[in-house]
Amino acid sequence: MVLGNDASSSSLSNKNLSVLVVDDDPLIRMLHDNYLKHFGLKPLVVENGKEAVDLFQLGTSFDLILMDKEMPIMNGVEATKALRDMGATSMIVGVTSRGSPSEMQAFMEAGLDFCFEKPLTFDMIDFILKELNVNDDDDTNN
Amino acid sequence: MDLVKLQRQLVDYRDSLYHECFLDEQFTQLQELQDENNPDFVVEVVSLFFEDSERLLNELTKALEQQSIDFKRVDAHVHQLKGSSSSIGAQRVQKSCIAFRNYCEEQNVEGCLTCLQLVRQEYYLVKSKLEALFKLEQQILSAGGSIPI
Repeated sequence: MVLGNDASSSSLSNKNLSVLVVDDDPLIRMLHDNYLKHFGLKPLVVENGKEAVDLFQLGTSFDLILMDKEMPIMNGVEATKALRDMGATSMIVGVTSRGSPSEMQAFMEAGLDFCFEKPLTFDMIDFILKELNVNDDDDTNN
Repeated sequence: MDLVKLQRQLVDYRDSLYHECFLDEQFTQLQELQDENNPDFVVEVVSLFFEDSERLLNELTKALEQQSIDFKRVDAHVHQLKGSSSSIGAQRVQKSCIAFRNYCEEQNVEGCLTCLQLVRQEYYLVKSKLEALFKLEQQILSAGGSIPI
């Protein structure tokens, strides 16, 4: 799997992607923020689902949202449903510690594009960015 | 202090931590995120993990001392500890949380208390191992060397 240096060489193409990280755990927020920065992205980071919904209501849109499931005030399932109901077309990726198939299924049904178990890995981000069609580290000469 | 010897010591020590499952691949990814722009990243993340974990262990102790135990609350704390330990690669802590959650589900007080003991033990073990690792890294850096991959 091609990681590390090649990820940063494609950072130019990732710079224009807008990303939102939604998680109530400061450790996870710090980790995901840094992971994404490693890929040349500049994520916005919020603490719960309501903050994500509020941002959307203010007119901010994102190409990618990393959504935790268990959060206070408004959890990932509720937030995802709300965003989809409001017409959000962002790619929403659930990242959750609760990994039972039925829980992940319920989360997917709220409107996720993908759902991964924590911890996030470089491979997962690579996959997500490829799906967003801008990670061109298969091309050379950057 | 012989730099080469120190570096050798670090590599051997770090390898042993992986070998004994104190750390896993997730920790390697953390190290890959550290660079000149972010030179203290690993220490910062791990420090956050230490703070988080100690808070959670205190909460768990209090929760399990209650007359009427709120197992949902206990489970929520263990869940969080499991999540953060897996995110930094503290594999043994993570695994000890899995058993703990099973006892929460069964509402088995004795089981929970034993697990709390085990989780605490694993946590303090990995904490001292990581602190020793960071100390070795600091010694190498102070001697003007670089940390071997």
